[in-house]
Amino acid sequence: MFENFDPREGKRLQILNEDGQINSDLPKLPMLTNKQALHAFKIMVITREADDWAVSLNRQGRMPTYPPVKGQEANSIGSLMAVKNEDWFVQAFRELGGLLIRGVPLTQHYLYFLGNEMGSFYEPEKYHVLPISVPISSQLPHAVGLAYAEQYKGTDNITIVFNGDGGTSVGDFHESLNFAGVWNAPVIFYVQNNQYAISVPRHHQTASTTIAEKAFGYGFEGVQVDGNDVFAVYAATKLAANHARKGNGPTLIEGFTYRLGAHTTADDPTRYREDQEVADWIKKDPLIRLEKYVLNNKLITEQQIVTLKKEAKKQAHAAFEEADNFQKESLDNTFRYTFKNIPPILEEQLEQRRELEGGLK
Amino acid sequence: MQALTIISAVNDALMTEMQNDKNIVTFGEDVGVEGGVFRATVNLQKKYGEKRCFDSPLAENAIVGTALGMAMGGLRPVVEIQFSGFVYPAFNQIITHVSRMRNRTRGALTAPMVIRMPYSGGIRALELHSESMEALFGHIPGIKVVIPSTPYDTKGLLISAIRDEDPVIFMEPKRLYRAFKQEVPEDAYTIPIGKAAIVQPGTQLTLISYGSQMKEAKEATALLQKEGISVELIDLRTIYPYDKSTILESVKKTGRLLVVHEGPRSFGVAAEIIAMVSKDAFEYLEAPPTRLTGADTIFPLPSAEHHYMIHTAHIVKRATEVIRYQP
Repeated sequence: MFENFDPREGKRLQILNEDGQINSDLPKLPMLTNKQALHAFKIMVITREADDWAVSLNRQGRMPTYPPVKGQEANSIGSLMAVKNEDWFVQAFRELGGLLIRGVPLTQHYLYFLGNEMGSFYEPEKYHVLPISVPISSQLPHAVGLAYAEQYKGTDNITIVFNGDGGTSVGDFHESLNFAGVWNAPVIFYVQNNQYAISVPRHHQTASTTIAEKAFGYGFEGVQVDGNDVFAVYAATKLAANHARKGNGPTLIEGFTYRLGAHTTADDPTRYREDQEVADWIKKDPLIRLEKYVLNNKLITEQQIVTLKKEAKKQAHAAFEEADNFQKESLDNTFRYTFKNIPPILEEQLEQRRELEGGLK
Repeated sequence: MQALTIISAVNDALMTEMQNDKNIVTFGEDVGVEGGVFRATVNLQKKYGEKRCFDSPLAENAIVGTALGMAMGGLRPVVEIQFSGFVYPAFNQIITHVSRMRNRTRGALTAPMVIRMPYSGGIRALELHSESMEALFGHIPGIKVVIPSTPYDTKGLLISAIRDEDPVIFMEPKRLYRAFKQEVPEDAYTIPIGKAAIVQPGTQLTLISYGSQMKEAKEATALLQKEGISVELIDLRTIYPYDKSTILESVKKTGRLLVVHEGPRSFGVAAEIIAMVSKDAFEYLEAPPTRLTGADTIFPLPSAEHHYMIHTAHIVKRATEVIRYQP
């Protein structure tokens, strides 16, 4: 499927270059239509505004620790556009764009980072999304199990799962790719290689030249794409999804990208990377090049973009206020979801807690 | 009715329940063709096919992690960990996901799954093949821990575990796997999780044990009976959520308590039970609630195994002390 883009030959798939131009010398690949490209652009705009707003809220003391998505948006936006709504979407934690493609309300994202469990409540039938997984890469086996379940039930649903370059060092990454290969599971492993795991650079995580090439050791294909190019991400994911749907098993996609912001709002990236490096990557910003593309192709006017960004900002502000005013979780709820039915010894602990919170009588 | 051992009761429960529910799948190391190293899954692949009973690659963490994915995807996986001493790589999945998914997602995603594993010592095995670490699981909020001690209970409890909407750790007393047979119905039946069994009613001492240690506990009960001491023997059966009311009712009647288990002492199951009894039945106690447990040592290799194991005579000795206690 990716014969022309074998990562072992140093090849990386790029369709839309830094200047917003489509590379013309490529073989035939799945392409975003103009309508889809415009949709991707609009979602990327709201993702960027929502993300910047979260960082700004953190500085105002209104938002706890938050991991910015800035610079990586094309990875989850392009890939989630290439799968269908019934396909399972297993997040790491920097896939806000993909969540918005799926139709998840922005409020829910804010709710999670505001520290409310309801931020992890995704109606399964509606979204087919798993909540953020805090221990790095521990979500990968779930994706393989979900893929197995769909195959077992005889649906053509696949699973797409995300992790990062640091996450490829975790045993779950090896075990999951290995299980998926043996079971021929319909799953796409999408690694957002943003070059750093907090402060540790990619070459300190693995001695292999690319992450994508690891797939071949598990008996399936891997491809490295320009993760800042929504067209390349879309094309690779579409091919991998069709491959999985037809019963041909898993694929590993490495999105070669860059985190323009900090790991989280608690991180200071100037301690471990050069300003020049960041400046070079800003030129490759996925939003800048997609904006050039939609303008060049007259899919939108400059004036409309100004309005769009203004609207996006408003939308982000409103979503945050909604999340901030969301009902706080109750004492009862901290107990009632431990099991389907609360056992007597836990019920007793709930009673005791209620009594404690009631104060001295 | 059929006369079954504990290991064949495990097989029978799976055989029966997989017939009833097509969403049940079972897998693990050597589970498929071989039917498991103890033969717990023998003939399941033959009967239900390779999609429902199969070998997995050798990685306990991914066995449990993929099972959770399957459970969230609508299946009911029953996975086998070959020996409980190999479950530790899977602790990450058990603690960070399996036990928390219902709570994390406010009930949107759940983990109806069973993790089976043989445990207990006394079988002259290699290192890490003999431990009784049920207390580790009992300490994790969000999972149930079940340990049967008879073939009849094994089938009924395993079927309950499979039908449970929450994850269940099912620990099987491998020392008793083939120790004796018992009449077991051929149809499906359940024994409630969270309910202890009063194996023998008595009036002078409450003796609580479970799993592999029940053999010695029963023998001790019979010996004490001959001495004219009336023991109420309780098989706990569920470690979490344990049956507080049965324990309290018994201790309030007898006033004396001895808890016996193979696992290490500190922070163990007996510690929890005794702490609970000391608070909730304080005024009924006529002797200090006592525990007879494995020591806080590494389980010895076979040449010194007998220095770790709790024998019938040890239980009789401690029980007699509790009975004779005078303040």
